Amino acid sequence: MNNIEIHTFADLLAQGKTPEILFWVGCAGSFDERAKKITKAFAKILNQANVSFAVLGSEEGCTGDPAKRAGNEFLFQMQALTNIEVLNGYNIKKIVTTCPHCFNTLKNEYPELGGNYDVLHHTQFIRSLLSEGRLTVSGGVFKGKRITFHDPCYLGRANNVYEAPREVLEKLDAQLFEMKSCKQKGLCCGAGGAQMFKESEPGKQEVNIKRTEQALETKPDIIAAGCPFCNTMLSDGIKNKKKEDQVEVLDIAELINQASDL
Amino acid sequence: MSDYIPNIIFTVFFVIAIYFFSNNVRKMYRNINLGISVDRSDNKKKRWIQMLKIAFGQSKMIDKPVVGILHIVVYVGFLVINIELLEILLDGFLGTHRVFAPFLGSFYNFLIGFFEIFAFLVVVSVVLFWTRRNILKIKRFLSDEMKGWPKSDANLILYIEVILMTLFLTMNGSDLWLQINSNDPHYISAGAFPISQYMLPLFDNFSISSVIIIERTAWWLHIMGIFLFLNYLYYSKHLHILLAFPNTYFANLESKGKFSNLQSVTNEVKMMLDPNADPFAAPTSDQEISKFGASDVFDLSWVQLLNAYTCTECGRCTSECPANQTGKKLSPRKIMMDTRDRLEDVGRNLDKNKGEFKPDGKQLLENHISTEELWACTSCNACVEACPIGIDPLSIIMDMRRYLVMEKSAAPSDLNNMMTNIENNGAPWPFNQMDKLNWKNEL
Repeated sequence: MNNIEIHTFADLLAQGKTPEILFWVGCAGSFDERAKKITKAFAKILNQANVSFAVLGSEEGCTGDPAKRAGNEFLFQMQALTNIEVLNGYNIKKIVTTCPHCFNTLKNEYPELGGNYDVLHHTQFIRSLLSEGRLTVSGGVFKGKRITFHDPCYLGRANNVYEAPREVLEKLDAQLFEMKSCKQKGLCCGAGGAQMFKESEPGKQEVNIKRTEQALETKPDIIAAGCPFCNTMLSDGIKNKKKEDQVEVLDIAELINQASDL
Repeated sequence: MSDYIPNIIFTVFFVIAIYFFSNNVRKMYRNINLGISVDRSDNKKKRWIQMLKIAFGQSKMIDKPVVGILHIVVYVGFLVINIELLEILLDGFLGTHRVFAPFLGSFYNFLIGFFEIFAFLVVVSVVLFWTRRNILKIKRFLSDEMKGWPKSDANLILYIEVILMTLFLTMNGSDLWLQINSNDPHYISAGAFPISQYMLPLFDNFSISSVIIIERTAWWLHIMGIFLFLNYLYYSKHLHILLAFPNTYFANLESKGKFSNLQSVTNEVKMMLDPNADPFAAPTSDQEISKFGASDVFDLSWVQLLNAYTCTECGRCTSECPANQTGKKLSPRKIMMDTRDRLEDVGRNLDKNKGEFKPDGKQLLENHISTEELWACTSCNACVEACPIGIDPLSIIMDMRRYLVMEKSAAPSDLNNMMTNIENNGAPWPFNQMDKLNWKNEL
């Protein structure tokens, strides 16, 4: 395996280097065991494509998304203003993140508080790496596999990014199937709006189970996700349906990583 | 003199109808302005385009193709028959009959024929709408919030539409019969009647004077029905036929994921983070102590209140809502209906007390919308996306959560844990921020 060096912005600046992008890892990507695999897969992709990147490490704090969606505007703005001070301190221009919640908050909610950056979701960045030829994939691993993509709400409806993840998936030589509710009509995985951190209200069913059922209707081998929270919710759904031997929930970064055999 | 009596009666009814209608419009305008100000005077061009596309062009209706097309038929019918309404009004004021006919010649025939075809299509669509609502078990029409008045309201509107269209066709059919069978110069030969021509045999057993009575009765009932319907709008869910236009004009233009920043919070947070700020400084007089979030309609913005009046209770939002689909209490449509109900309560309170609101011990939160509903939302924007006329129930839910958390500290305990973690560790879980880069050792 290649030895991949992960640098912080602070380190690189000390060496007089200015990285091309900041990889915003996010809390899930840093701490959650499942999400860390996505982080590592994306770091390998960046490395493979020779992208000069850095992370903030311990200087990266929660963007404040779950606090804001829970109604705590104070906490959100405390987080935002603290992060903006760090980001502006390093004069950061371009941010790529594997979390649609971080993506949305950094892109849409930081500018009014003084943080203006070019923010990309990792599927958008991977698409541009592929189209610029900086990254190549051999779809062989996934040939003939059935893949369905679950739109994260904060990537899709919230920011109208529907095509980037699909265009990346098309490179895999697999068979892509859309769920009956997809894109603008995609059903939430159940984690948004800070639901990830609480028990759900009484009802007939959990949202993630319903979404998993919709995904299973496409008879997939793989459910592709683009969000660490959707990933957790759908993985739990697959376990609930006792399908973990037949269906995998994988992030697009992981799929590309496997396809390019990094 | 007695020749002018019908004109005078007509004018009196017209003035009464407009008087009551404009009174209600004024009330509605006053109520909407109870909301806090938000600037939507920007991007005029984009806003016009949005209105033309979504309201005038009905672009989001066809997301559900069958009802979408039926709705477009009724909508186009409404628009074109309004042109005929102009003629009817002029005839009423002037005592003329088909005043446009001499000016428009054969184009007049085309117009009347066109109106008739649409009147017929409207009747067909409305019958199908009624069937969908009352016979087919369509889930979004059966929710709890639709029981009682909302259901009767919806049916009443359909009945009125069928009656108005039937009167319109009867008026034309009897007119055509008189054009053929009487020598009365009043009934000049004008118009084409592709639908009402089939009614001709119905009049054959009547005398000319009886058919004149039928024609006049249909004409009068039709226009009086329209005057009544105009005044019914304010009390029904049907205001969308007017408010869809301003509502889509003023709707949010930004990414749906961008939630509003509370400026009042920014000021306080900046002060907290500023090492030079004097924590004991007395607030200056212009720094009013602001309330965070919304517990009542006064705390919502005028756009949100306009949304509430615009909602026609179609329930597309609710049928797309993940919480509602999985049996939770939350229904975005109910959020809008509750907001309007509360706003109407407040409006009546103002009417009673000479424009001064007397506290009634009630509010939107709890008296109408429960915390259980608010906490069930995943903020996924499916409701906002689904609304065919740009209503945003999510923003109301978020404003009410803000009130619960920032004014009442009433978040569910799991969320309090999450927020404490963010405060202490910079992450929603209890991990040390210093360990944020540990994953690199696993590469």
